[in-house]
Order: sequence, then structure tokens, then C-alpha cells
Amino acid sequence: VSSVITWDSSYPGEKAVSFPESAGHSLDPQIGIDGAVAEIEKKIIEAFEVFDHECNKTVDVREIGSIVRSLGCFPTEAELHELLAEVEEEEPTGYINLEKFLPVMTKVLLHRSYQPIPEDVLLHAFEALDENKCGYITKEELVKYLTEEGEPFTQEEMEDMLSTALDPETNTVHYRDYISMLVVDET
Amino acid sequence: MGSGSSVNPTNYKYSLQKSENVQTLPDATHPAFKAAVLIQQWYRRYVARLEMRRRCTWRIFQSIEYACEQDQIKLHNFFSYLMDHFTPSSSKERDFISRMFISGESFKEAELEKYCDYESMEVPDSYTGPRLSFPLLPDHATALLEAFKQKQQLHARYVLNLLHETRKHLKQLPNISHVSTCYSEEVTVCGDLHGQLDDLFFIFYKNGLPSPSKSYVFNGDFVDRGKQSLEILIILFTFLLIYPKEVHLNRGNHEDHMVNLRYGFTKEVMQKYKVHGKKILKMIQNVFCWLPLATLIDQKVLIIHGGISDTTDLDMLHKIQRNKFISVLRGKKRKESNKDVEIQEINGESKVETESSESESDLSLSPQPRPAPSITNRLEFSKWLRQTVQEQIDWCRQLVDSESEPEEPTYSSVVSLTELDTQCWTHQEEWKQILDILWSDPMSQEGCRVNTVRGGGCYFGPDVTNKILEKYNLQFLIRSHECKHEGYEFCHNRKVLTIFSASNYYEIGSNRGAYVKLGPDLVPHFVQYQASKTAHTLTMTQRISRVEESAFRALREKLFAHTSALISAFKAYDKDNTGKISLSSWAMAVESVLHLGLPWRMLRPQLVRSTADGMLEYKSWLDDLAMEQRSQEHIQTSLLEVIYRNRSNLETIFRIIDRDHSGLISFEEFRQTWKLFSTHMNTELTDDGINDLVRSIDFNKDGNIDFNEFLEAFRLVKQSQ
Repeated sequence: VSSVITWDSSYPGEKAVSFPESAGHSLDPQIGIDGAVAEIEKKIIEAFEVFDHECNKTVDVREIGSIVRSLGCFPTEAELHELLAEVEEEEPTGYINLEKFLPVMTKVLLHRSYQPIPEDVLLHAFEALDENKCGYITKEELVKYLTEEGEPFTQEEMEDMLSTALDPETNTVHYRDYISMLVVDET
Repeated sequence: MGSGSSVNPTNYKYSLQKSENVQTLPDATHPAFKAAVLIQQWYRRYVARLEMRRRCTWRIFQSIEYACEQDQIKLHNFFSYLMDHFTPSSSKERDFISRMFISGESFKEAELEKYCDYESMEVPDSYTGPRLSFPLLPDHATALLEAFKQKQQLHARYVLNLLHETRKHLKQLPNISHVSTCYSEEVTVCGDLHGQLDDLFFIFYKNGLPSPSKSYVFNGDFVDRGKQSLEILIILFTFLLIYPKEVHLNRGNHEDHMVNLRYGFTKEVMQKYKVHGKKILKMIQNVFCWLPLATLIDQKVLIIHGGISDTTDLDMLHKIQRNKFISVLRGKKRKESNKDVEIQEINGESKVETESSESESDLSLSPQPRPAPSITNRLEFSKWLRQTVQEQIDWCRQLVDSESEPEEPTYSSVVSLTELDTQCWTHQEEWKQILDILWSDPMSQEGCRVNTVRGGGCYFGPDVTNKILEKYNLQFLIRSHECKHEGYEFCHNRKVLTIFSASNYYEIGSNRGAYVKLGPDLVPHFVQYQASKTAHTLTMTQRISRVEESAFRALREKLFAHTSALISAFKAYDKDNTGKISLSSWAMAVESVLHLGLPWRMLRPQLVRSTADGMLEYKSWLDDLAMEQRSQEHIQTSLLEVIYRNRSNLETIFRIIDRDHSGLISFEEFRQTWKLFSTHMNTELTDDGINDLVRSIDFNKDGNIDFNEFLEAFRLVKQSQ
């Protein structure tokens, strides 16, 4: 079961691009299609339970992003919103039920939605912000872009990223180094 | 049971900002826009993964920690049971066993003073540490703090003196201390410290030293795990004596010598005080049992170390003789070995005579064992013993694990006191009260059930909390006992507060510590900290990686310790004997063996390095694990350590197996014993490892180990430490 889905993103002029298969799970040869679904479900339940503090099959709605992302997906905030709309109760309670989450997330994983962003694409993104092509971006510029453009960072997110990315002596971000440092962690 | 972390608003969380919230609507066609989205998308995913890793790591540490505690209690049950049913063949043996096993004898006052006499101890002029005189003054406290900062050690004489005075003081205190905020405007409550002196220093630095205008309540677990448990005790006891009205100590589940044996405090004392360590430990035992059980602030806030149960009765707690319970783990009171001991079965049937015949041990409680074979056939006998004991173990385990049993595991016999018991409660009931408040944990579901994870106390729900608060007209509970990422956490609708003061408990960067201040309005104010310079300079990623490494190392050790059980479990999924199983089967098998409740599929990438086409060659995976664990030194010291730690228990088992009391056991019997033992101690050793060990112990190379050789091996180990 492998299909490629293009999602219409909510930003005009932008199309989501589908990427070749990368990380993600491989089908378990021993157990076939049904088994594969069961295995995916088990994975989802495991990830869900890590955030289910009260052990009552619910998680705080603010944790859904972490759960979805730790299962190997790279959704944008907008895509996450759409997902949430599908799993929320009619009257939003601030909590998401496993019951509703499981089938939706299973579909996401089976269809390999929200594909990972490869290293070189990320590099191009940084280069696009580096007007002078000097290999680094100043703190001010980066902050401006990431807190005003796209799906803006909160101040916290920005500070967090700067704490690892910023070279305090020059107040710049050498993005190549930053990327390679973070990518190692990904394995 | 929850994982113990809460949604922390100060943690980074992505924001679900709708585009209306942004000041200027970004131009989506701008290339910078697309680039920004990509970077943000990528970064948020990265952070989410970190968060997941952090939580998994947390889970690992917690489950291993609690599993350890449970192991110890299980082992204890096992040995208690064995001891109860092992028929000593002579009074000499009875004494030997009771002396060996019942290490927590309560000395009579005079005996204690004599044994732990300090007055005759001379302090040499060359000693440059603090010299205490009684009654203590604030200057002594400052001197001690300074000395410990300089890594000095207090002379054993002063330690013993301090412990004597502390004991004298504690004896006058009621079981439940009372604090009033109208005298001391503010009360500071601290949770577990676990030997982490830096945290205590930090608290004093930030909050001020105890004084007539600064009250403190320390909520138990001062010792174990950290390396400076004794220093913490000395400081706390000193302040307790100087400011008796302002300093209050509660007993925790680690203020218990049986627990200290395993978790490091005993070892710390023996290492720091090679000559007088035993005396110091003996005194401390008798100080711990006199620690108050709870503290009440303004009659409105109850502070206990663990929690409560649906049977918690403050009136009973007020009145029982708390010092009877030297070790809360034991649950039984033993009289001194020179008094007659009568052991009755709980159903009142047969009595086990103290003078027994030559017959095999009479295991008259269900399940009924087969009759023992002749002792001349050692192999047969060993086999019988193994089977019988295994049945008993399983039966004991069932008692511990059964959820239908609302009570704690009931021990199979109760010692009847020859003196008149003036209390109207049974010893069991009193013991349960204390066990519950020292060992219980809150849960989110309603009700009250046995705490099978820790093996003691219970899980109590919000309804139990409400009931107790209503019954005694309280506002909320403060407890500790559980490590929390932020150092504190509310639950049960803010009616239960957990406060934990040992930062970086599992590993550098694992968690903050915290203390809470209450004024007359009883509104809690928190101060959090992380007392480690390195923790601050590490980035979030580095911190998480470091803690993670530690957790996985511990987890791999645990996996290794269950090698044989894992092999059987894997084989069950490998019906065709291909030597491979799927990763899905791996996850299920591992959980079925370890019972840690961990998200194995999430953890898999860190545990299983390479798989061919999604299948795992389990044998070579286990070999890899073993290779990691096995460096000649490592096995020798850790194994001997385990044996050494449990030598009194092992001796008992050996004696049981060595029926003819020849004092000799063969290699084969040693191996059998070890296998029996290792199922409870969760240590794994290959046959080769056992052989090596056995051969190295058999000094005279006659193919047998006698106990002397065995003990000699440990003396050497001990000396070399």
C-alpha cells in the first residue's frame, strides 16, 4: 500500500510536494497488510500513551503536534489544524480522545502524508534567506524571518532555536553547521 | 499510573496560531515565506521528537526505579517466607538464622548506649574538622556547613553524639508534628533530597537557613542514591536540635535500613567510617524509627512522605508506637533472640515448634509440596527443593500481585507477643497505616488499589483524597516520593501537591528540584532550581541526549539481566526456528518479560541497531548486549557486589540446601543456587561466568566450596574496596 497524496495547502500559490520514500516504517514482511495496519496502530497507541498522563486515553490538544511529529511526520501548522479538526470533539474540550485519533492517524501513516524534509531542501531554505550567499544569517534577519514570515515562531521557539544555532561571538547562524549538527540527532 | 510529567506551560510548545493572529498577513508568494515555512516545519518536528525522547527517557527511569523497589520487596517476601518455614534443626541454628536475618533488632536503650558509646572515643589533635558540644548552637551549624563545603568529614565521635541527642529529642515528639503559621509567618516545605547535598545548600542559599523566623519541614527521603546522605542527615539533625520549634522532619520510605542496604546509604557510611560505621548505622536505625510520621500545618495542610489510603486513620496514627517499626518493609516485629519466640500460623492451626525434629521442613501452607526425597540423593533433593520453592515463590508473588486482595501481601505468620498488648489494633493494622503513608502514590482514577509497582502502599484516587480531606477538615495534602520534571506537581484537582527537591535526580539535566513556601493564607509559592553548573550550559538537546544515554544504558543492563527469559520468549515467536523474529514480535516479547510498560516501538531504534529486512536475529542481538555488559572486571565486581550485598540471604539459602550441614556445597549446587537466586535478583550470568567465579572461589581446588572459602572471597573483595 503505497500511494502519494498531494495536499492542497492553505497558502495560495504553494503546492505541497511529494517526496520519495524515506525514513518511516517498512512493512513487516512477516505479517502482511492487516498485520501492517495493526502494527501501525500499536505504534500510534504507544506514542499517544506517552503523553496520556492520566492513563484515560486522552491527551491535551496541545500535545497532538508532538505526537504526530514523533511518529515521523512533518506537518505544517496549517496541516496540523486540519488534522485537529478531524479529531476534535464537536464541542472542543481541550482533550483529544484516542478513539478519534487512532483511525485518522492510521490513515496518515498508511498514506505517508506529511513527508519528511530532506537535508538538502532544508539547506536551500536557509540559502533562500541568505541574501548575500555568505553562508550565514544574522540573528536579526533570522529572527525577523522566522517570527514574521511563514507560520511564525513564538518568542520561546525562537529563543530555543537560537540557543543552539547562534554563534554568540558573531551573532550569526552558520546554517550548514547547524543543519549537520541537528541532522545527526535525527538518527 | 501516570508517567509523572505534566503539560508544562513553560516548556516549548508549538503554537497553533491561526493566521489572523499574525500582525501582518505574510505574503505567501514571497520566496522567503516558503523558506520560513520549511524551516519552521522542520524545526517543530525536531523539537517534538526531542520532547518524545525526553518523555520516553523519563518513563524508562521511573519504571526501572520502581521495578527495583518491587524486586526488593518480592525478594524480601521470599526470604521471609523461607525463613518462616525452614525448620531449624537445632537451637544453635535457630539463633544463627534469627541473628543473621533479623538484622534490625531493636536494642534495649542501655544496650544501644553501650554499643554505640562515643564518650570513650578520643578525638586526635590532628583533627581539623568541627567539634560539637551540646547543647548545639547556631555556630555549630555554620561550622558544619562550612566544613562540608570544604569536603571535610565530621569525626565519628561527634556523629554518634549527635545521633544520641537527636534520638533523645525525637522520642519526645508526637507522631504528627504541628506547625502554626501564626508563629513563623512562612513555612518552607522540602521534598526528597536523596543525599544531594548541593541541592540542600542551594535551598539554604536561596531561602535562608532555619531560624526562629524561618520554619522548615523536610518531607523524608534524606538518604540513599546521592553520595552525601550522611552529611544531609547531620545538617538536618543539627538544625533540628538548635531550632526544635522551627524544624520538622518526616520519615520517608528510605529512612529504613532495609532500603538503605540496597540504595547506597549503608555503603556510604561504611566507606566514610571504616572503623565506626557499624555503630553509626545502628544508631541511625534507631533514630529513623523515631522520626515523626507526618506534619500538620494550621490543622489544614497534611504533609506525609508518600500518600494516603482509604483506610488512613489519623487518630490511629497519632497513637501508635511509631518506634516499633524499625523497618517498614519487614512488617513483622521480632523480639530479641534471647526471648522465646512462638510462631503461629495465621489460621491458628499448627504451631511450628522451635525445637524441631530431623524431618524436612513442614510447608503446611498451600500449595502442598510433594514429600521430599531422601537427602542422600543430592541432585534429586535439589530438584525437589527448587520446584517446591518455585511454587512458593509463585504463590507469594500472587499474593503480592493480586488485585483482588485489597490488603497488602499478608505475611504468613504473626509473632505473638508474650507481653500484654494494650493496643486494641492489631500489629498488622498499625503497620498498614505507616506503610500506606510512606509508600503510596496518587493516581487519577478513582478508588484505592494495591501499589503493585512499588510493592508497598497503594494507589489512591481523588475520591480517597476528598474523603480524607473532608473527614479531617483539611485543605490539601503535600507529599513527595515521586520525582517530577518541574520539581513539583499538582493533582486531584490541586488537592494533592507533590514536592521533590532533588534536582537532576536520574541524571544531569533530568529534572528540576523545588521547594514550596506557605504563608498564613496557605497559598503555595514555588521556587525551582537545578543545582548543577553543567546543566545550565548544556543546550536542551545535549541535556536530553545525556540523560537519554544514561537511561538506555540502564535499560540495556536490565535486558541483559533477563537474557534467558528473553530467549524463551523470542523462541515462542519463532516457531520455524529461523533464528529471526519481526520487530513487532520483538516488542511484544520484551514487554512480556520485563513488564516495564514502556513504549518499546518508540524505543526500538536505540535498542536494536540493525535489522535485515525488518527481521531481527535475536540471538546475536542478545550476544551484543552481553558483550556490552561483559568486561571481565565489570562482571566480577558487580556480581560479587550483588552477592556481597545479599550475603546474609545467600547464607540462609545455602544452609537450607546444605542439609547435612557439612559446610560443603558442590559446584553444581552452587550453580543451582545461583539460578534460583538470580531469578529474584535480576542478575544474569552465563554458565561460563558462574564457572569462572566458582573456580576462583574454590581456593583449595578440591571441587567444593565451603562457606569459609566463600566468606573469604568477600572479605578480600571488601578489603580491596
